[in-house]
This record gives sequence, C-alpha cells and structure tokens, in this order.
Amino acid sequence: MANKTYREAINEAIRQEMRRDHRVIVMGEDNAGGMGSPGEDDAWGGVLGVTKGLMPEFGRERVLDTPISESAFIGAAVGAAATGLRPVAELMFVDFMGVCFDQIFNQAGKFRYMFGGRAVTPLVVRTMYGAGLRAASQHSQSLYPVFTHIPGLKVVIPSSPYEAKGLMTQAIRDDDPVIFFENKAQYDESGHVPDDAYTIPFGEANITREGDDATIVAIGRMVNLANQAADELAKQGKKVTVIDPRTTSPLDLDTILESVEETGRLVVVDESSPRCGMAADISAQVCEQAFKSLKAPIKLVTPPHTPVPFAPELEDAYIPGVPKISAAVGAVLAA
Amino acid sequence: MAIQPLTMPKWGLSMTEGQVAAWLVEEGASVDRNQDLVEIETTKINNVYESPIAGTLRRRVAGEGETLPVGALLGVFADASVADDEIEAFIADFQARFVPEDAGEEGGAEAGPRTVEVGGRRIAYHDRQPAAADGPPLLLLHGFGGDKDNWLFNIDAWGGTRRVLAPDLPGHGESAKEVGSPDLASLTADMLGFLDALEVERVHVAGHSLGGAIAVSLARAAPQRVASLVLIAPAGLGGGPVNDEYLTGFIGAERRKELKSVLQMLFRDPGLVSRDMLEGVARFKRMDGSAQALTAIRDGVLPGGRPADDLNAALAGFVGPVLALWGDADRIVPPPAEPPPGNVTLETIAEAGHMPQLEAAARINARVESFLAGAA
Repeated sequence: MANKTYREAINEAIRQEMRRDHRVIVMGEDNAGGMGSPGEDDAWGGVLGVTKGLMPEFGRERVLDTPISESAFIGAAVGAAATGLRPVAELMFVDFMGVCFDQIFNQAGKFRYMFGGRAVTPLVVRTMYGAGLRAASQHSQSLYPVFTHIPGLKVVIPSSPYEAKGLMTQAIRDDDPVIFFENKAQYDESGHVPDDAYTIPFGEANITREGDDATIVAIGRMVNLANQAADELAKQGKKVTVIDPRTTSPLDLDTILESVEETGRLVVVDESSPRCGMAADISAQVCEQAFKSLKAPIKLVTPPHTPVPFAPELEDAYIPGVPKISAAVGAVLAA
Repeated sequence: MAIQPLTMPKWGLSMTEGQVAAWLVEEGASVDRNQDLVEIETTKINNVYESPIAGTLRRRVAGEGETLPVGALLGVFADASVADDEIEAFIADFQARFVPEDAGEEGGAEAGPRTVEVGGRRIAYHDRQPAAADGPPLLLLHGFGGDKDNWLFNIDAWGGTRRVLAPDLPGHGESAKEVGSPDLASLTADMLGFLDALEVERVHVAGHSLGGAIAVSLARAAPQRVASLVLIAPAGLGGGPVNDEYLTGFIGAERRKELKSVLQMLFRDPGLVSRDMLEGVARFKRMDGSAQALTAIRDGVLPGGRPADDLNAALAGFVGPVLALWGDADRIVPPPAEPPPGNVTLETIAEAGHMPQLEAAARINARVESFLAGAA
C-alpha cells in the first residue's frame, strides 16, 4: 500500500479495469495526448493528466482522442455503452454539460427504464467540478445536483484518493450510467490507496468523524473542510459526526437520519448553488423524516446564489470554508 | 519516589498520536501498577491504558478530549511529600523539552510493511528487528478475518529483545487474495514457506484463534523449528466450535452497521470497536477476492467451526512449553473445560473477550514476555 494522489488513484482504477475487461475504453479531449497532431504522443492524458499513460499501454483503439464536440463524443459513448462496450468518457469540465445533456439525461438515463430493464448502459462520464482554481464562471461550477435530479443516473463525488479509486472501480463495473465528479483542486491530494483493486458500494455513506453533539453532512471536497472544522471543534470539547454520502444518487439517507436522531442537530455543507442544491435536498428529507429529532433549525453552508466570481478575493469568499462550517455548528449547538 | 512522568503510549508501528477519551482515576489517588488509568482512542481502537507506574497520580496534565502525540505528557506521579511547585516546575520543564516524533514519515521504508513471495503468492508482513536481537524470533499469526495489525498493542512490547515477524495470512490484509483451496496443512506449509523465504530457522510462535490452530499445526509439522507456543483463544482447542454466527456474519456483512455488530462480538466491551477499526475491516472486505478467500478458508480450514485435524493430539506430541490464554468473556471460541494435553499452562484472562491481546494488552504483554523469557 502506498501513498497515491487523487489523480493517480483514478488513473490506477481505470488502468486495472482496462486490464481486467477488454470492453473498457477511454475517450475524451486529449485523453491520448492529441491524436493526429504533431508532437509527443501521450503528452497530456486529459487536460489535467488523469489518463496519462493509458494510451501507451492500451493503444489508440482503446484510448481515443475526440474532437472538441461534447454532443458528438458523449453521444458516441452512450451508443457504445448501449451496444456492448464499457466506455469511460471525459466531459472535461462539467460546465460543458449544456451541449451534451440530452445524450445523458434523455438517452443514457432512460434506456433501462424505457426498454423494460432489457437494456443496460454501462457508461462512466468523468467530469471536473469545483471552484478555487481561478478558472472563472464557466469552468468552476459544482453541477452535481442537476444530475442527481434525473432518475436513472448515478452520481458519484469522491472526497479522497481512497474513495476515488474504489468508487471509480465500482462505476466502471456498474451497469448503469454513472456521472463521476472529480474536484480539480484535489488532484494532488494524497493518501493511502491499496495497490490491488477494490470497490466501494454506491449508496453507503462514510463516517469520517464521530461525535454526539451535532451532525455535519458534507459533499466532495467539503468533506476535508468539515473534518478540519470537526477537529478544531473537538479541541473545544464539541464532538461532531461528519458524514460523507460519497454518492448523491443513490443517497444513503439512513446513515444521515440515524445520526440526526442521535445528535438532533444538523449542518449540511455543499459547494453547489443553494437553490435546489444538495444541501436543500438533504435538509428537506431530514425535516420530513426526522423532524421530531431536531433540537435546532438545520444550518446550510453553501456559496451564495451567484455565478462563481473571477476576482480572487470574491472567489475565496464564495467557497464555504472552515470558519463558516464551525460557525454553523456553533449556531446549531447554541439554538 | 521521585517525580515520574506518565506519557502517551505508542501502541504499534502506525500510532503517532492518541486522544484522551476519559480519565478513570482522580488526581491525588493512589494507583496500582496495571490498574486501569485512562481511556485512549487511537485511529485503530479505543483502549484502556493500564498504569505502568505504581504511586500517587498528582496531576492529570492532559484534558479529556485532547489529542496528543506519542510521548506527550499525560500526567505526573509523585509522593505526597513532593511539593506542588516542584511538580509544576517538572511539568514546565517536560513541556519545554518535549519534541514529538516526526509524524510525517508515514509509508516510509522502515515503518511500512514488507512483502515476500511464498509459492508465487504475495505475503505482507511486519518485521520488527531490534538492534540487539537475542534468541529465536517470534512469529505472530492472527485470526480469521484479522491481519498483522491485530498485534499493534503487542509488537513493541515483545520486540524489545527479539525479532518479531507478523505476516498477513494468505487471503488476509495486504497478502494476495488468491488462496486456491486451502486447508490447515496448506496454510501451515505457507507459513513454513514464509519462514524459509526469510531464512528464519527456529521461532517462538504466538497464534490467535485460527492463527492458534496454525501454530499447533506448525509445531506438529516441524517441531524442530518451534521453540515454544503461545496460543490465544486457539480454534480447535476450545470447548466447542468457532461461533458460526461470527464466521458467517463476518463474511456476509456488507454495511457498516452489520459489520459493527459482528465485530462487537469479539470484545467483552463492545465500545472498543472504533470507527477506524470498522473502516479498516471494511476496507479489507472491499478488496477484490477477499470474500472468496474468507469463504474458502472457512470452508476448507474450519469446516463446522473447527479444523478437521485433532489438534489436542498434535499438542500432546509437542515437547516445548505451551502457554494458552483465554479471555473469560470469549464469545467466539469458548474456553475448554480442561487444559489441553501436553506441556500446557492454561490461564484465563479476566474481563476480556476473544481478543485479549487488544482488550487486556498490558496483562497479555507482561505474561507472554515472562513466558518467552523462560522458554528461550
């Protein structure tokens, strides 16, 4: 077992599944390093290098560079999945979903249902989300609630290198379309990742801190921040449970409800926009099913309902941070 | 008695810090050696730190809930005759000088587990080799579903004067998950192969549960290579079969809650099952091939809850010294009504379940150390 980065963990999962199953293919812009253009092969491996090294091992037939046309190559991936391959397609930034969303929500997400369970669509769409990289409004969004909204899609948001590998392996082996969200600010984060293959089941939340005073549910990169807040609060004698749902569809509501029934106090931390976002969804479900357990109003820690700002000071203020999480916990404990 | 510091213990190779969960003794109280002193949570397990010092606990320096590095000051022991300001000066001096061990070397070549090929399959292991090693090394064999880190509270205590080897059994931990069709003889051969690969001729063997059965089988297969046996709740020598609810539950548990209730069967105090312990087991169970390996080992090595071989007969034929230890609250392998035959000392560990090496670590460590010293 070695320390690996989030980027290496995802690469290793795809590599091991490509070795294990010849039907697994990779496609996307610059995934093989600029097919047909002059210069070094495998120079890129995707825009941030996640698929680097796959083309030399598996060849151009299984690692495809695509034109800059998301509607075309995501559509091709959906078709390939419906007809027997297991494509891992890279929709570079999730902000680009606008030009290929029909292929995802109206085609891939509907096949199993509309063909009476007789069609499967084992597709993985890898995509980057998240603010903090000074990439402005069109390359910084956290759009997983949009996909979570669509029945028929599975939505995965790994919070650490360990989760990234196990969830990617599960995503590739899953027979349904999976939208796999990678936080671009986490690619260089490292942690223990087993060398051998393993899977983390969808719909099972992870508990990263345990305490009886309050519950924090945090998603994706926010899990790290919630853990930091919990550790600081522990020094003040406030013990907080932190829950990482790992997947927003399916969502492990049971683990959240069980914790809220113990603590009576809930903070939900989410980097997506507040309106119709994950924080709103989770708090609504808790209100419906565990209202009597609540001892204080639920606090939501999200960005404001604005586009992601480009000005660095504003962008930093936009993203939920440890002080805001700690303050929200303080508020639910005081209420 | 002069002023004596009580410091954060180091339980195993990977422990860098611990959290003081609760003090069990008031300031000013007189404390016996090995008396329960303070509950400490580590990333692996919650445990009670049994006092290494007899005397008066004058100060509780570490607060409950505080997380401190290994070696940090937890409290101060001194006679009532020592003045308060002397104690304050001692604490101030200790804190000023204290430098925590570097915690940043995780995964370093020294601390991390090693691997070796045995019969074409990977065996991962801890190898603790003190500078002045004396006598045969100690081979530690964990139980069903466990791994080499089950010995985290023991490996330092026993590794002070001798080399300690703690492998992951085939199919377990970080060892290869391909186990074929194992039986007790093949696992025994694997462990002999492991010793061969490391060019280790003769060992003391300590085995827990399934590992205890393998230890006895090893002593039968190669008596000249086994200096002594320590058997902790060994499978096949108890008063009945291994609890099938545990074996089947462990293999079948898929969700955290199921797994937690299964793991709690291992301990007298179910509160010892920490979040990280649960996560560690869940991570093992998620590995490709682990469920198949566990099923194959249960069916092949423990059919009906016990090895097919008569281990009592095997033990009767072993001439070396044998120490058998059983927790009085063991719900997995019930203790035998009578001591096993042969040169066996059977002792019951009070207030401990199936894993006394974790639950009553200080007592087990001291008892096994004195046994090994006498058996050398």
